[in-house]
Amino acid sequence: MIEAIGLTKRYGRTVAVDNLSFTVEPGRVTGFLGPNGAGKSTTMRMILGLDRPTAGRVLIDGKPYTGLHRPLRTVGALLDAKWVHPNRSARAHLKWLAKSNGLPARRVDEVLETVGLTGVAGKRAGGYSLGMSQRLGIAAALLGDPQVLLFDEPVNGLDPEGILWIRNFMQGLAKEGRTVLVSSHLLSEMALTASDLVVIGKGKLISQSTTQEFVDRSSESAVKVRSPQLGQVAPLLVHKGFTVRDNGDSSLSVTGATSDQIGDIVAAHGLVLHELSPQRGSLEEAFMQLTGDAVEYHAEIGK
Amino acid sequence: MIEAVRLKKHYGRTIAVDDLSFTVCPGRVTGFLGPNGAGKSTTMRMILGLDRPNGGDVLIDGQHYASLKHPLRKVGALLDAKWVHPNRSAHSHLKWLARSNGLPTSRIGDVLEMVGLTAVAGKRAGGFSLGMSQRLGVAGALLGDPEILLFDEPVNGLDPEGILWIRQLMHRLADEGRTVFVSSHLLSEMSQTAQDLIVIGRGKLIAQTTTEQFIHDATEDRVRVRSPQADRLRELLAARATVIEDAVDHALVVHGLSAAEIGEMAAEQGVVLHELSPQRGSLEEAFMQLTSEAVDYHAHS
Amino acid sequence: MTLLAVERIKLFSTRSPWWCAALALVITTGIAALIAANTSAEFPLTVGLTQAFYSFGMYVVLVMAALAVTTEYRFGTIKATFLAVPNRVSALVAKTAVVAVMAGLIGEAVAFGQWGISKLIKPNADIAINSAVEWRNVAGVGLVFLVGSILALAVGILVRHTAAAVSILLVWALIVEQLIGIIPKIGEKIQRWMPFVNGNHFLTAGGPELQPDPIKYPFGAWGSLGYFAAVSVGLLIVALVVAKRRDA
Repeated sequence: MIEAIGLTKRYGRTVAVDNLSFTVEPGRVTGFLGPNGAGKSTTMRMILGLDRPTAGRVLIDGKPYTGLHRPLRTVGALLDAKWVHPNRSARAHLKWLAKSNGLPARRVDEVLETVGLTGVAGKRAGGYSLGMSQRLGIAAALLGDPQVLLFDEPVNGLDPEGILWIRNFMQGLAKEGRTVLVSSHLLSEMALTASDLVVIGKGKLISQSTTQEFVDRSSESAVKVRSPQLGQVAPLLVHKGFTVRDNGDSSLSVTGATSDQIGDIVAAHGLVLHELSPQRGSLEEAFMQLTGDAVEYHAEIGK
Repeated sequence: MIEAVRLKKHYGRTIAVDDLSFTVCPGRVTGFLGPNGAGKSTTMRMILGLDRPNGGDVLIDGQHYASLKHPLRKVGALLDAKWVHPNRSAHSHLKWLARSNGLPTSRIGDVLEMVGLTAVAGKRAGGFSLGMSQRLGVAGALLGDPEILLFDEPVNGLDPEGILWIRQLMHRLADEGRTVFVSSHLLSEMSQTAQDLIVIGRGKLIAQTTTEQFIHDATEDRVRVRSPQADRLRELLAARATVIEDAVDHALVVHGLSAAEIGEMAAEQGVVLHELSPQRGSLEEAFMQLTSEAVDYHAHS
Repeated sequence: MTLLAVERIKLFSTRSPWWCAALALVITTGIAALIAANTSAEFPLTVGLTQAFYSFGMYVVLVMAALAVTTEYRFGTIKATFLAVPNRVSALVAKTAVVAVMAGLIGEAVAFGQWGISKLIKPNADIAINSAVEWRNVAGVGLVFLVGSILALAVGILVRHTAAAVSILLVWALIVEQLIGIIPKIGEKIQRWMPFVNGNHFLTAGGPELQPDPIKYPFGAWGSLGYFAAVSVGLLIVALVVAKRRDA
């Protein structure tokens, strides 16, 4: 578990993180979202003891990172895949990391196997593609078999197979009861990966909830209805006080009602349904709506 | 329009692109997909005359890139946002590009405004974040107001707002009748962006079709059904189709019947439905299905 | 003309040419000042002596010229260049022209800077530039820098990597050309065909020799410059053909 309590970080007069409190639970993949400059990286760096908070604190299983005896055995992190000496081989890089935390050397081969780098383990890391560097970073994070994992933009540079692999992998880690915190800008990807979300903007907490709640809260949900007897269904629903809009493709968009309610009404009148699907807003829509004024930086294309 | 005809490229004994033919049409966003090492970058570089094909040909509106008089007025490309001298300012970078293709200096201010870099135009590009470099790359691509645009991983380094912006930009460019060709690994993003797809694997064409058709061909449609009379409904459906129960909310997922058919059955038998949603496969599923033999490189989980 | 303007914008929108020019000037005028200050009646200051260490400035300019193309490869801007100007030969010729002119101007600044500071320190010394030989010795420095920069660009285009290009140039100009003369019997016969040796001969031929020159040059002063230029341009042509053929 990760707990941030009143976390604050100032650089000179710029407030990067402002009295931020949140909890990341074990057993779930938690997405960490925010526009550029929201303070995500700074927060992750503070979680890992790389930056010192100006105020407040952040605890990992009740202890600050710097208070952990063997940090790699508690926390694994992938912040930047390029933090490897380019002339060192993947195996050598993992070996010194293992040594530093008293981990057995065989663990190096295990994690290389897990991420699929066994074949190139002896080659210098400087020659790796971004995707391979990313896999090496993940191998390093897994080395100490930690209970808490942090990933910053893990799909960066991965190809579709790699993206699918890491998504399943992170969900697998969560299922084993680990705490997984993933920061990413790719909302369509996060919608598939994260079951919980911590959303920040301008250094402040905007929302902490499940992904489902986050999306439902900020986007209007409609139900799409198709029927061969649409002409009879529509007046029924209007009569009940629901808002009904004709989509023009012989389907209706109904707001103000759940699909359960609509199904009950249609069945009670013995009418036939060809479709009754709740339309959920996208994570992107919800995100844009909630962080609208927390964005530091706007492109002008809309004008 | 971009036309590749039997394009071939090998490096020593490694074949990067093998007898590849495709057409990218104007007025649409065309996605260019393939696993790592499939030959996407090599193909894009050959389109732009940076690499020389070992065989075949690739033409832009019937001409080779190298024979275009003012190439930036015809084709705008963002292949790598880092192709900027780090000590040169964004403005200077665009200035020499504009000058080389006889474009008015006023165009520089226009494109900087479009991508939202006006405020940092005088700063050295080396200090830019990846997202800002990406915007500068887009500005460079738009500079000559070209009819054809090529983007390689355009959302790289952009934040959610930037991602939405560039998706809308690509749609708008296509709506204006331009040819937009985008290569990306982010399938969930591409399924929202590209209307057409060109999919390659191991240097060979796997599919050229619309996104919708691609997904339809490679995945099975299914219908999610919920009912207060779930057991009754399951009995009805199981007689005619495969039914799986969703572990989370106990909805039934039906393979082999259309939503309309299920609706008719339910109405006939007086079963109340609380949900009847046709589910389409994802681009990712379709892609994995079709390229599984063409992946160079496998991880074991 | 457009391509020249493009390369001019590129060259002057980074700081490195200014740094190189300043460094070349500071080193050469500094040494010239030291020499001038140490001359005396027995060891008089001459026009030739003011230019004795022009080559230090040339090394800096060789590095600048090589960097002008290797940084394009290093940062990938060469691809942006070839996208904007698919005719690679014209793009690279334009770059060579701009860099060579810049090198020539730095060379003139170095030459007259050395002469000027010497005059300033020893106003009474007889270093007025009168004869054609003296004019060649001073104003010719710019031409040698110009030709040398063409050779450096050619090396840069061929090897593409900064460290490799700079090492090749400096090892060649500073060590190989000087030491090759030591080889018994054939050393001198090879040395007389070395490009930088010939560039130097162009400047010093016909003037008072500071130390006896053991080399029997195949050409006169202008012939030597022509030979130096032919080697540089020849290498450039090879480099252009290679750049045109290979993948960017």
